[in-house]
Amino acid sequence: MAHDIKKKHPMEEQNPQERVKNFDEVPFGYDIDTAVAEAERCLDCKKAPCRQGCPVEVNIPAFIMSIKDRKFEESIAAMKADNSLPAICGRVCPQESQCESFCVRAKKGEPVGIGRLERFIADWQLKEGVEDPKLPEPTGKKVAVVGAGPAGLTCAGDLAKLGHDVTMYEAFHTPGGVLVYGIPEFRLPKEIVAKEVDYIQRLGVKLETNMVIGKTITVDELFEEHGFDAVFIGTGAGLPTFLGIPGENLLGVYSANEFLTRTNLMKAYRFPEFDTPIHVGKNVAVVGAGNVAMDSARTALRLGAENVYIVYRRSDKEMPARLEEIHHAEEEGVQFRLLTNPIGINGDDKGWVKGMECMQMRLCEPDESGRCRPEPIEDSNFVLDVDTVVVAVGQTPNPLVPQTTTGLKTGRKGTIDADEFGKTSREGVWAGGDIVTGAATVINAMGAGKMAAKNIDEYLKSK
Amino acid sequence: MYKLVTKEVLSDVSKKFEVEAPLVAKKAQPGQFIILRVDEQGERVPLTIADSDPERGTITIIFQEVGLTTKCLGQKEAGDYIADFVGPLGKPMEFPEEPGRVIAVGGGVGIAPVYPKVKGFHKAGMDVTSIIGARCKDLLILEDEMRAVSKELHVCTDDGSYGHHGFVSDILQKYLDDGEPIAEIIAVGPLPMMRAIVNQTRPYGVKTVVSLNPVMVDGTGMCGACRVTVGEETKFTCVDGPVFDGHQVDFDELVARSRMYLDQEKKALENCRCGGAK
Repeated sequence: MAHDIKKKHPMEEQNPQERVKNFDEVPFGYDIDTAVAEAERCLDCKKAPCRQGCPVEVNIPAFIMSIKDRKFEESIAAMKADNSLPAICGRVCPQESQCESFCVRAKKGEPVGIGRLERFIADWQLKEGVEDPKLPEPTGKKVAVVGAGPAGLTCAGDLAKLGHDVTMYEAFHTPGGVLVYGIPEFRLPKEIVAKEVDYIQRLGVKLETNMVIGKTITVDELFEEHGFDAVFIGTGAGLPTFLGIPGENLLGVYSANEFLTRTNLMKAYRFPEFDTPIHVGKNVAVVGAGNVAMDSARTALRLGAENVYIVYRRSDKEMPARLEEIHHAEEEGVQFRLLTNPIGINGDDKGWVKGMECMQMRLCEPDESGRCRPEPIEDSNFVLDVDTVVVAVGQTPNPLVPQTTTGLKTGRKGTIDADEFGKTSREGVWAGGDIVTGAATVINAMGAGKMAAKNIDEYLKSK
Repeated sequence: MYKLVTKEVLSDVSKKFEVEAPLVAKKAQPGQFIILRVDEQGERVPLTIADSDPERGTITIIFQEVGLTTKCLGQKEAGDYIADFVGPLGKPMEFPEEPGRVIAVGGGVGIAPVYPKVKGFHKAGMDVTSIIGARCKDLLILEDEMRAVSKELHVCTDDGSYGHHGFVSDILQKYLDDGEPIAEIIAVGPLPMMRAIVNQTRPYGVKTVVSLNPVMVDGTGMCGACRVTVGEETKFTCVDGPVFDGHQVDFDELVARSRMYLDQEKKALENCRCGGAK
């Protein structure tokens, strides 16, 4: 059947009624012929505007043209020159607001499905078996990478490719950071993360889990006792933010971090086969409307909730989640209570949540910052009938590293101050990802890790 | 993997392990805790560091077999391994600002977390009076160890099978009544015991600190599971604690939160792969 050239080739996915009962991945990915056909839509623009929309500047036309020519090995080589984690990026990057938003095809119709092609080529390689990377001559310089999330993995991979001796420290028992504790299996299978981490390790990166830098070993000790020449800090977002409303410590109120960590990392959805329990009632309110909120809402449905509400104080236009995630949540039956602000959580006599008191809001005219401030509508209070509340309104940076590292300047909210290259106030220390910017996206963290790696390499060469 | 080096059965319900974890042992301070996971399907649970030996590279943990994880752990033997062991976490204990008498109260398996603190006070040259208690003589742990680091030691049993017949609070009351200044009271034990002690000392205005052991997942400040209301504020036990001013802690909330997974815990024990329910 002929395909409308103005449109992306659709990607098959599990139907919503079925998928809401399992944790399996939702989209299936392109088969070879669909991928080649989609690659043929690429105009191979000389200037390649798509690349400027990519925080790690993947050579997009090169990898797509190789798919078009069915030269898949060349395609993955072109991809991995800039991006060590394509199977992850192909799944969780907000491509619509990055590479794809710059695609010339987007001017008349839909952009090339860059994200889908990225996922295709990465999956193709994982299936075919990844060749062992060629390792460069060792430089004899040692770098410690703190945190094995997107920023740390990228930084570590890039430094290893340059011949440095890299050790990655992870506080959890499993590497991956937000990729394993935060993003659910149905959006990013943990097997995929494990394979990409394995690739980073095969580049020569050593991994030490169960290591809380700032507690088990301090950054100062990494230099003084462990002989590192440079340290990259990618510890991510930390302490969950709560709403500061009455009833927030009632039973059945979770931070999104806890709710998702129990489910994803600790596999609470397979309780009692796995030991970590989780409590999900019949009616669940998720407060917030970012990707983390969507992930929490969709997870709650899969854990058996009958009604799941996204409660958000602004309108649909301001929702920070990716369109695709909102769309998936809607398809699965998540109910949106917009312009709704929680003001208190009510409990029963045993301390369990039995309802959430909310107010209706309206958006006023944009203020000087251009933002519409939501205002409560008087006498609009009502109680939402819920027995579980998940608070997904963001995090503040984890304090453990800044608290125990000498000479490290931090910002007002506890983020580590770093310049555009990730360089901090302390010589030999770089930082990147959420610990610098506050909560952002996986690809932004990877971009920061990449930039820091380049800068660390220059520093090590000059030393 | 972390090796269990020695095992000692302290009572029918409490066991003691020395775990090989050199980096943790090098850093551990009184008041801190670790998080462990028995195996791949295991949950992450916090346990107080009862002692540490930097030379041998070991950490001592003492636990009561109550839930699934502690039951599974209790069935391990010296020479066996557990999957994960992270630490030291939490803030080290602080010494009282004013010099003077310190009274340490330990109930049941709570004597284990009290011991390193008393040892710390003892090392710092302070005089500590310790009051330890258990339901019966067989359940009493660490008596000799506590005696070695305390100026005075009182033992109580609920059933009168050993020492004073009654509660730790009976002995504490005598010290509160005798009027000699007390710089600090540290109380660790089951939540009802800690609640009783802080209610008892509140009218006397004696600073009373408690060490909390709520439900935790990551233990590094990320998940917020261990939140507790102290004063008017929400604190995270893992990064702000585990030691808090007992007079400020909302014990009602804490008791409720500690019971949150009781039903699931029962279910988990029934299905336990280590045969813990037997």
